[in-house]
Amino acid sequence: MSSSTLSLRRRLRERGLDGVTLLVIPGVVFVLALFIYPFLYGLVLSFVPKQGGALANYATFFTDPFLYDTIWTTLLIAIPVTILNVVVSIPVALRVRLMRRQRLLTTILVIPITLGTVMVAEGLLTYLGPRGWLNRVLLEFGLADSPVRLIHNYWGVMLSLVITGFPFTFLLTLSYVTGIDPSLEQAGAMLGARARTRFNRILLPLLLPGLTITLALAFVQAFSVFPSAILLGAPSGPTRVISIAAYTAAFEQFDYSMASAIAMIMAGMQVLIVVALLAMRGLFFRGPASTGKG
Amino acid sequence: MRRHPGERLWAFAVWALVVFFIGNLLAMIGSVVVNSFGTRWFNTWLPAGFTTQWYSLAWNEFQLPAILLVTVEVVGAVIVLSALIGVPAAYAMARREFPGKRAVMLLFLLPLMVPPITYGIPLATVLYQAHLAGAIWGVILANLVPTVPFVILIMIPFVEQIDPRVEAAARVFGAGLLRLFVQILVPLLTPGILAALLLVLVRTIAMFELTFLTAGPDSQTLVVALYYAVFAAGVRPGQSIDAMAVVYMVTTLAWLLIALRFVNPTQIVTRAKR
Repeated sequence: MSSSTLSLRRRLRERGLDGVTLLVIPGVVFVLALFIYPFLYGLVLSFVPKQGGALANYATFFTDPFLYDTIWTTLLIAIPVTILNVVVSIPVALRVRLMRRQRLLTTILVIPITLGTVMVAEGLLTYLGPRGWLNRVLLEFGLADSPVRLIHNYWGVMLSLVITGFPFTFLLTLSYVTGIDPSLEQAGAMLGARARTRFNRILLPLLLPGLTITLALAFVQAFSVFPSAILLGAPSGPTRVISIAAYTAAFEQFDYSMASAIAMIMAGMQVLIVVALLAMRGLFFRGPASTGKG
Repeated sequence: MRRHPGERLWAFAVWALVVFFIGNLLAMIGSVVVNSFGTRWFNTWLPAGFTTQWYSLAWNEFQLPAILLVTVEVVGAVIVLSALIGVPAAYAMARREFPGKRAVMLLFLLPLMVPPITYGIPLATVLYQAHLAGAIWGVILANLVPTVPFVILIMIPFVEQIDPRVEAAARVFGAGLLRLFVQILVPLLTPGILAALLLVLVRTIAMFELTFLTAGPDSQTLVVALYYAVFAAGVRPGQSIDAMAVVYMVTTLAWLLIALRFVNPTQIVTRAKR
């Protein structure tokens, strides 16, 4: 049978296009309409400023220290907290992996992620406040002479990102760690390698690809910190992060063009860091982390 | 394996860190709960007395009945719509190889990788231009952006587990696509659908950014109302804000507990692992 005698329907079906495939269309249309289109719309809008030429918004952003400083402010919060969360997650995940009953621990740790940043901010305002339990403990045990100020400044935001961010990086790392076949490490131990050597030579190389992804996701989350920077931080000063600048432009100055430009700069920064991290990932060893029949 | 003293010390340090973290987490939640029941609380470990008055105050002052109703409506609509769009798409993605499938997959992954505040601002701009934002439909549409791809990505492996011969048999006996879904696939996929939708539920209750950017005065969900209450702290007694926080916490955690009967805690974060 030559191909010309095949009906169009049959030919499409041979390429995998039939009634079932069409079921994907509502999903694709939805994401195109409400994710891709707004993004492109925002991109175009950012080049149509209220005043000035096409690049006026970007020029304003990168010349006004009140605006471009938000990048440094955000990085100053996001980079340390991301590194801290990921670095601490590794030994904890390696330890928890050996536990029989991980379920209770993972359940407790999933609570702050579920509660979300607004609730964590309110919780920390009560807990870390001058009359909160933490300062009570510090004063009662003589660890501090006067209440330590941990809210409405840099540290409040930092701590809120640890509370919500650490469980996230930990659970991600745990899922990567449990994917490594324990017999690889046992083989190393049998050949006389100490824990540190086993970590450096076996576990870490196998973990690095996963860790880069964790690092990228954790960074992107920390970089887009928003409600806790307002509620727990000093939103007019030390924790005026880039998302606050974008929000103020859109909903307080009603300059959607400028807001879109800031959102695009924000997205650009995130893409830049993620691409850099993933490029680094290409340099690492990528081999099977499991043995036997995969 | 005989353990080195250094290794033991290291293990102890790691556990101490975990205990310290969980201790602070529980103390944080505990102090909100205690404060919401306390009368006056100054320089003591516990408040001077206990009362439930802040709950009735919060109930009336923050118009909690109206807010809870909006929350139920938004969450309900998001669950139904993301299932209706997501499950068929997941079925197609699991069963068919078609040109451009990788691009479609990337399309579904993107809304889960990009943080809501980044795409929320352009999205809110578009929704305001379409006169949808500021009302409940705008909130529902915005919340669907991450949940539709989320349902798709969770459902694909569940569909793949079903033996295709079951569907083939149904087709041979003349079942159409609709009948195939209603009588064969949905019953077989129930555990997966339940897990996906419970996770959507928990995530939508806690989704702050997208709701915040698109909600008007009459379309605030619980988490956005909580934000405004905390933001305007000082206007009302702190205890009534904490009472509202407890209401929010109970709502979220009750559903989390139900969800955790069907999913593993790690599944809540590993959505983007692929």
